[in-house]
Amino acid sequence: MRKTINILVSLIMVAGLVSCNGGDKKGNKSKGGLATNAAEKVYVAPGEHDEFYAFISGGFSGQLSVYGLPSGRLFKVIPVFSQDAEKAWGYNEETKPMLETSFGFVPWDDSHHPDISQTNGELDGRWVFINGNNTPRIARVDLTTFETAEIIEVPNSAGNHSSSFITENTEYVVAGTRFSVPIPQRDLPIKDYKGNFKGALSFISVDPETGRMAIKFQLMMPGFDYDLSHPGRDKSHGWFFFTTYNTEEANTLLEVNASQNDKDFIAAVNWKKIEEYVNNGGGTKVPAKYAHNVYSDETHTATSTMMNEVLTVNPLDVPGAVYFLPTPKSPHGCDVDPTGEYIVGNGKLSADLTVHSFTKMLDAIENKKFDGEAYGIPILKFEDVLAGTVKQPGLGPLHTEFDGKGNAYTTFFISSEVVKWKVGTWEVVDRQPAYYSVGHGMIPGGNSRKPFGKYFVSMNKITKDRYLPTGPEVTQSAQLYNISGDKMELLLDFPTIGEPHYAAGIPAEIVAKNSKQLFKLSENKHPYATISDGDARVERKGNEVHIYMTMIRSHFNPDNIEGIKVGDKVYFHVTNHEQDYDVPHGISMIGANTSELLIMPGQTETFVWEPKQPGVWPFYCTDFCSALHQEMQGYVRVSPASSGTELKWSLGED
Amino acid sequence: MKNIMRSLTAIAILTLISCGGKEEKKKDGIQIGQKPPATETPKEEPASNEKPSEMVDLTNKGIGPIKSLELPAEIDQAMAAKGMEVYKTKCMACHKPDKKFIGPAPTGIFERRTPEWIMNMILNPEDMTQNDPLAKALLVEFNGSPMANQNLTEEEARQVLEYFRTL
Repeated sequence: MRKTINILVSLIMVAGLVSCNGGDKKGNKSKGGLATNAAEKVYVAPGEHDEFYAFISGGFSGQLSVYGLPSGRLFKVIPVFSQDAEKAWGYNEETKPMLETSFGFVPWDDSHHPDISQTNGELDGRWVFINGNNTPRIARVDLTTFETAEIIEVPNSAGNHSSSFITENTEYVVAGTRFSVPIPQRDLPIKDYKGNFKGALSFISVDPETGRMAIKFQLMMPGFDYDLSHPGRDKSHGWFFFTTYNTEEANTLLEVNASQNDKDFIAAVNWKKIEEYVNNGGGTKVPAKYAHNVYSDETHTATSTMMNEVLTVNPLDVPGAVYFLPTPKSPHGCDVDPTGEYIVGNGKLSADLTVHSFTKMLDAIENKKFDGEAYGIPILKFEDVLAGTVKQPGLGPLHTEFDGKGNAYTTFFISSEVVKWKVGTWEVVDRQPAYYSVGHGMIPGGNSRKPFGKYFVSMNKITKDRYLPTGPEVTQSAQLYNISGDKMELLLDFPTIGEPHYAAGIPAEIVAKNSKQLFKLSENKHPYATISDGDARVERKGNEVHIYMTMIRSHFNPDNIEGIKVGDKVYFHVTNHEQDYDVPHGISMIGANTSELLIMPGQTETFVWEPKQPGVWPFYCTDFCSALHQEMQGYVRVSPASSGTELKWSLGED
Repeated sequence: MKNIMRSLTAIAILTLISCGGKEEKKKDGIQIGQKPPATETPKEEPASNEKPSEMVDLTNKGIGPIKSLELPAEIDQAMAAKGMEVYKTKCMACHKPDKKFIGPAPTGIFERRTPEWIMNMILNPEDMTQNDPLAKALLVEFNGSPMANQNLTEEEARQVLEYFRTL
């Protein structure tokens, strides 16, 4: 019997091996972990830390997720543009203003391109910026708290896609419009698009101390689609480059109509020149409504201010500030190498990859090597700005990253691969398949003078069979490649939140040391904070009731409240009195039409409860806090609207 | 299947009957291990059963940064006032000055504890409740409710200590 079983088992194993080897299509997946030592290269032992942070956009989740590399472990989903019940983002009274816009409260967006702040062209790890694509907004995430500190709406923009990229001293975060629109917005036949629609490129200044954003100016460009962008750096610092498509200015069936021109453009913008122009009083102020939302770590509260005008600049008014570089076939990614010399136009419908030279561009401008103009903006001669072409590297190039060692890595959507090529000689030196249909790629520090060329993360558009199936919708996914050697090596697949559009990576040591552990209770300036436990109380103002509550392991003060009536609007202002690391408390109330609160040590948050029927209703702590967490609970007595129940509150009294 | 349903129905009916069946009125609350009636005089607890919070130990200095501390004879009232402010914001959620609450009351604490032990308990509670025999026993007495580390500076802890002297 045993022999028979053994034989059967052996047969199954052999069959397994044969069938695995047969699965060539799946590349090195079939070889498993045994064929390489990939597993040990991504293994971070329990209790050990990762070498890099990766901030990966949450795509249509609207958020920003924080991963460790090389492990691919998820640490946190930072709520940015979408409500997040887990953290009460957009649900509590303090953060609701963060999601205000000129259209009112917009609880969702499509987050795309994170970029980390820089000093002298190197990552400084203070802030991550990310764009909301749908209702144009730019957010700044503070890397001491890993929370969204500020969101500014971008008026005159639509499909905020060529965003949010940072100049090398974080002078500006730049936001370009993908969809051109009538400016100002007005009732117009759609077919009147051509010549009437404009594309706004917004330069948002960043205060070097506080990070506070302000729209410095909007450059009003012809009505093309501005797809992606990157700043010049080092020698090309002071310039910004934007890819365009739909230079045909089609307003319908763009799939066909925007693919007619042999070449579209990369727009080169000399922002230093325009900055000087506006600093000397240039530009035109126009009415524009947009929200500017700022969160304060002192009041633990956000404020939303509606702005009323914006400074616009007509490119024709600043001679020498804007040029077009012809670039084949609807270029998507616009990537600048660490030296600032090369500008890569990833022509997504082209068989070749076009690389422009910054030096040649300056020379062509100086010697007026023009090939016509578009709406008065000079078009430089293609041959005179071209540095070189990567010949036939793959199909559907989208984005290029650099390792700082003279190599570039381009993602190819259609042929689903990452291709490594040499900057300067344009020869392809390696290629690795991606599973499947890679969009963006990311090397930590990729948008800086100093990339950390150890890992490449591909963010894939299609997952198909890479994971256990989860119904029609499968996980979104990224892949990690080791790029420290001559050949790229696929190390790891890991799932991501939403569609990962782009990411920004940074060595952990730059960021981790600044991470805040708690908020000091003594510095809490929340208007409804209860700093001293003796001040815990309940106040009635008409039918508004304000509960000044404290929480510490493991009770609420007060935990018995009477005298609340049906029809009251009850504000729970809850202050966490813990002053130790990693002791948040939560609170939730039965039937409250909102989320729980999750309150960090020293912080105050508020939720609103409108009791609808008489009774005695419990609330409790939602975040397991101590051995007595289950005891952390309380009751509110709700009386009929007409009752005379006296308002009183207590803790630990009979 | 039908049989199962029938059995379930029978069980449900039985349950109902047993619930409604008791006529005798229960006293409120649970009555396990109730204390004997008050008429009986409580026995003197043997010394070994003394509550940790009532135990006097004026030699144990505890575990932590404070190794030795001489208190001046005069109470520094300015320092005590500062200590009261710190106490109000960071301690009072669990310690009322003169009655047992989540934790013990500080009134009279110098009759039972050394100043070093008190400061180490404030500054180093995790270590104390794991390794100091008295602090360990206190954690048990207070139902496992942990002494929170409120991250006081040494200066603040000293101020709180001075405030305790005024109680």
